[in-house]
Amino acid sequence: MIISNTQEIPGKTIVEFFGVVSGSTVRAKHIGKDIMAGLKNVVGGELKGYTELLSEARGEAIRRMSYQAEEMGANAIVNVRFATSSVAQGAAELFAYGTAVRVE
Amino acid sequence: MDLLSLAITPVILFGAWLSGTLIERRHLKSLRLLESGSRGVLAVTIEDLPPDWHVESCDLVMGNVVISQDYFKRVAASIKGIFGGNIRVFEPLLERARREALVRMKAMAHARGYDTIINVRIETATLASTRGDGKGTAGVEIIAYGTAISLAGGR
Repeated sequence: MIISNTQEIPGKTIVEFFGVVSGSTVRAKHIGKDIMAGLKNVVGGELKGYTELLSEARGEAIRRMSYQAEEMGANAIVNVRFATSSVAQGAAELFAYGTAVRVE
Repeated sequence: MDLLSLAITPVILFGAWLSGTLIERRHLKSLRLLESGSRGVLAVTIEDLPPDWHVESCDLVMGNVVISQDYFKRVAASIKGIFGGNIRVFEPLLERARREALVRMKAMAHARGYDTIINVRIETATLASTRGDGKGTAGVEIIAYGTAISLAGGR
């Protein structure tokens, strides 16, 4: 599966469109990490626990999106976009979407 | 009790200011180092390639960072917010975070054997508060992503 955020896959041509595919995940870290992040919030700096949480979650959203595209018979996803929203404290929804296509 | 909290607040504010400043300095130092290390990767926001570039393979790469402001600067910003204008204390924070996200994206591209990233996008998202009352932000997330490409015959 080739994934790209460009309109086309560079160096290849699109031969078939399958439509929009998307993947999303809502994640929260365990309470210990939330407390650590709360403490870190006083002194400032990077909140590593949340950085990890979001990058893992985004990876999962991309996996779900690719799975959906594979089921349709696509071999690439173009024009991928991300969206993030915080649904509850300490939890975040990560959403990835794009257009499933077949390229040659 | 009230007297105690009155005495403790300046201590917390000072501690937050001190550690926040130290963390910021250390981060800037590490950023300079990382940026000089990732100079070999070219990141551009354009999508259309020059016609003489022949792409062999491509992949989505991204880098993210969640960063938060120290308590002292948050208080300073909320006071500044009353009068309006540029809230300068937040500007270096977001700049640092963007640089960090870009460096991580480049590192991911480099690790996978790519040397060029096209169509780079940078997005910012606020995370939910860690406190129930909605005050005090848990930080902002900056994500940088783009399509890493490798070229036949090099760049």
